[in-house]
Amino acid sequence: MATATELEYDDLPALLTRLTGDEKHDRSSLSTLDVLWVLYDRVLGDGDRFLLSKGHGPAAYYAVLAAKGIVPVEALDGFGSYDSPLGYHPDRVLVPGVELSSGSLGHGLGVAAGVALTGRRVWCLVGDAELEEGSNWEAVQYAGRAGLSSLTAIVVDNDSSSHGWPEGVERRFMLEGWTALRVDGRDHDALEAALRPAPDTTRPRCVVAEVEPR
Amino acid sequence: MSGMRERFYELAREALDEDERVAVVTAQIGTDSIGEHPRHFDVGIREQLMIGVAAGLALEGYRAVAHSYAPFLVERPWEFLKLDLGHNDLGAVLVSTGASYDAARSGRTHQAPEDVALVAALPGWTIHVPGHADELETLFRSALAAGDRVYVRMSEEENHARVDGAGFTVLRHGSAGAPLVLAVGPTLAPVLAATVGRDVSVAYLATVRPFPHAGLREALADGTDVVLVEPYLAGTSAAEVALALRDRPHRLLSLGVPNAELRRYGGGAEHRAAHGLDAAGIAASLQGFLA
Repeated sequence: MATATELEYDDLPALLTRLTGDEKHDRSSLSTLDVLWVLYDRVLGDGDRFLLSKGHGPAAYYAVLAAKGIVPVEALDGFGSYDSPLGYHPDRVLVPGVELSSGSLGHGLGVAAGVALTGRRVWCLVGDAELEEGSNWEAVQYAGRAGLSSLTAIVVDNDSSSHGWPEGVERRFMLEGWTALRVDGRDHDALEAALRPAPDTTRPRCVVAEVEPR
Repeated sequence: MSGMRERFYELAREALDEDERVAVVTAQIGTDSIGEHPRHFDVGIREQLMIGVAAGLALEGYRAVAHSYAPFLVERPWEFLKLDLGHNDLGAVLVSTGASYDAARSGRTHQAPEDVALVAALPGWTIHVPGHADELETLFRSALAAGDRVYVRMSEEENHARVDGAGFTVLRHGSAGAPLVLAVGPTLAPVLAATVGRDVSVAYLATVRPFPHAGLREALADGTDVVLVEPYLAGTSAAEVALALRDRPHRLLSLGVPNAELRRYGGGAEHRAAHGLDAAGIAASLQGFLA
């Protein structure tokens, strides 16, 4: 699916401009950008799945997919228009390479649990505010008990949850039997180290990627 | 335990043993009856997760079967049916128990007369309402062999015998132009009893979506009067009948569970009678409509 010419991280601003028409990019509106880049540039391998549960604000996702040749760069034009396959929430039927249609919060971790039950490696990106939806915790509880070790949940934490997560959201995952750690969500080397396929383990993994508060 | 429900558990166990594509997801309903198997996943009392996991398994190429009481399989995770399965263009087989009022003793929380209307409101679902355990077996096997989204609605109420042929089946022919009574699933037994001695045609349907428009038109022939008898929310298929007959003058009586809460416990037979869906109730409705 990937084309011959892949672009680099430094090309992402131009792709985002092409996508949104905005010349300036507020990093706080692109909280997922570095996580997505590191996943697609350094972590995901053949046969791995990535599910973007937090389908809101997918500009960063589309830009990274375009940079990696998964969607044509030309597809970024007309973002959200009637004839564009790229809408404000991604659709796996319209965009080969998108592996989950999302936009309603709290769906990705459940689907990821189903994928992980088959043993496939799967990374699922959620937001710290998204975790307010109770459906997430059904999946967190079950994945912990079932020992779904091929599952990595990435929580992009821009401190946007309505009532906060006292003592850190990762404590909830740990209590349910996950491994968990917090890293700088803008530090590519730290993200890579945290997100690389884990050596044999019996537990699912939570990586909280902390970025600037929204 | 009803004939259909026990048959389903047998079939699920058999499918797990014989078809490595099949995976079963439960949420603490039917878990022990299906029993342990490497591809039987019980996710606890987490119905949204049950549908999400079914979608994930479908993503990996499995034919996922999910099962619970109708309110917990359809109503509670309805958006997960819409999105995790439908919007993601994934298939699964959802098999419910409890129907409209099988669990009358458990109260409103365990009754789901609106389930078929909810599933039918979503695109791309095949909906089976078997009237007999043998029909359940045929329909469930066909659902496993297919790849689409299928909802199978089991009930404790059953007809006296199975009807062969899943489509629109005319069981009794009235005179030319006679009214057509269309019985869905387990309403056939009371419909047959209620129509004895009355000049009507009686047809049977166990697969309500997609709705057999052509079959209905053909069976009605020159007639104008249709009585639709469904074991769930009254009028659930009325729009389909209207669509089938859109260019023909016709009259339609839709019988089913009224859209009003019957705040009673008791047994299914009492609820069936209270809703006017036993033979006496149907006969009275026919008398009023056709007289």
